[in-house]
Amino acid sequence: MSYIPLSSREIQAMLQKIGVLSPEDLFRCIPEEIRWTKPLELPPPLTEPELINYFQDLNQKNSYPTFLSFLGAGAYPHTIPTVVDYLSSRGEFLTPYTPYQPEVSQGTLQIIFEYQTLICQLTGLEVANASLYEGATAAAEAVLMAYRIKNKPKILVAQTLHPQYRQVIATYVSRLGLRIEEIGFNLESGRMSLDDLKKHLDEEVAALVIQSPNFLGVIEEPGEAFSLIKEKGALTIAVIAEALSLGLLQPPGKYGADIACGEGQSFGLPLSFGGPYLGFIACREEFIRQLPGRVAGQTKDAEGRVGYVLTLSTREQHIRRERATSNICTNQAWCALRATIFLETLGRQGLREMAYQNLQKAHYALERLTSIPEISRPLFGPFFNEFVVSLKKPVNDVFTELIKRGLIPGYILEKDYPELKNSLLICVTEVHPKGAIDRLVSAIKEVLS
Amino acid sequence: MYPQEFFFTRDHEWVKVEGEIATVGITDFAQKQLGDVVYIELPAIGTVLTVHQTVGAIESVKAVSDVFSPLSGEVLEVNSALNDSPELVNQDPHGQGWIVRLKVKNKEELNQLMTASEYEKYVESLEV
Repeated sequence: MSYIPLSSREIQAMLQKIGVLSPEDLFRCIPEEIRWTKPLELPPPLTEPELINYFQDLNQKNSYPTFLSFLGAGAYPHTIPTVVDYLSSRGEFLTPYTPYQPEVSQGTLQIIFEYQTLICQLTGLEVANASLYEGATAAAEAVLMAYRIKNKPKILVAQTLHPQYRQVIATYVSRLGLRIEEIGFNLESGRMSLDDLKKHLDEEVAALVIQSPNFLGVIEEPGEAFSLIKEKGALTIAVIAEALSLGLLQPPGKYGADIACGEGQSFGLPLSFGGPYLGFIACREEFIRQLPGRVAGQTKDAEGRVGYVLTLSTREQHIRRERATSNICTNQAWCALRATIFLETLGRQGLREMAYQNLQKAHYALERLTSIPEISRPLFGPFFNEFVVSLKKPVNDVFTELIKRGLIPGYILEKDYPELKNSLLICVTEVHPKGAIDRLVSAIKEVLS
Repeated sequence: MYPQEFFFTRDHEWVKVEGEIATVGITDFAQKQLGDVVYIELPAIGTVLTVHQTVGAIESVKAVSDVFSPLSGEVLEVNSALNDSPELVNQDPHGQGWIVRLKVKNKEELNQLMTASEYEKYVESLEV
């Protein structure tokens, strides 16, 4: 198939063949009164250099060096080894379609198999699918899985789960008759409240959804909560929004998660404009047929050679709608490819080293920030690369002043967590040199004094 | 071709009744249509079914199909051999590939089903 636009000669030939005078004649069936006759209100076309300049200008509006950003809150700035761009932009990887025909898609299928294997290793669970769109829908899919498996009407969701993930889950369950109940958090530790969990836990619960590190950056210890959940015969779902944390923290499978899911953007995907990102989901083997999307597998061909296929593809595309586990019908193959190259380039040690740098730098930043009298640390729970600070001055004013100085200090928490007044969620990763952290500290000190 | 003592549904299930026990499976025609069976979803023991209610599902490389109960009854036994060897449904659909055993309530429901010769004619009409 060629991807070259049609010439007017080719168009004429086709019209002649079917006995039509002009392309407009093909739309005769659309009534006059509903046809749009005015020109579209679009700006005129730009030349290639003008277009490139336009997007470069736009890009400058919030990226370095115009702004030095300490924003996290679900999307994390990380180093991407150049080999990731280089390999993933190869034609063989950039252009192929879904591997429906294994005989011509061995490369793609092998990558998906490797990706799934890496996700299993990182989450400590037995099976993973070929990827989902991004973290929020991955969490929603996990909730739907739990509902299908347990057939119970209530889902408990930690309030410290990313606000947008909670919104997406609510959208997904809105027509299913599933009830979502939020579990509050302890205002001192920043962790999900076990007491509140006990209040909501009963026989109607299908699952508990908890994020770690949570939206406030705090690392949860879900062991006890998960035991309580399992005693009630419900499922445990761990959500990871900062995938890099898996390079250092205990895998969810080890602390009792039945399903682990979340956002893989930290693995080789730039922040872009909020996407494309990468959802992942993994679970215990007994639930494999309830996984949405597709699962690649390793097998042998008729001659005994190792080959790869979509072992479980009858999840929603090849079966009746009522039996479908989702409507996704796809995966994020190219993003999963980048994540695979990223992880295989770094290796276990490299990933751990990168994660460790995040931990170190974030803790350095907090230490320096809390040495400023007008700043305090409201939550004592341990953290990975994000933490909350409270300011003695109105946070919006401080924020505005820092913007003037070319700094985006973090995410203002009040609208999502009214209890955390005048507070900022600050994210520090390996991309922030010590000098950048020191610059933030000096600027905040100056603004607060 | 089709066992004389079996009764058949239009959805290609067969049922063999011995006393109060009915054994249910899918026919040779059905297994051919499905292709290689890779998984069978079996019901829980004790499940109470009405006629034509879904009793399980058969997943092949091509598709997933519901299995409907030919009679009303209660699930007494499921063929757990199918968990490790789903291919039994293809290899011996009328014998070792049986799916569930039910305790039947109303044997008169058999009057709604086809006999072996009626089913053979039915299958012939489909293959045209």
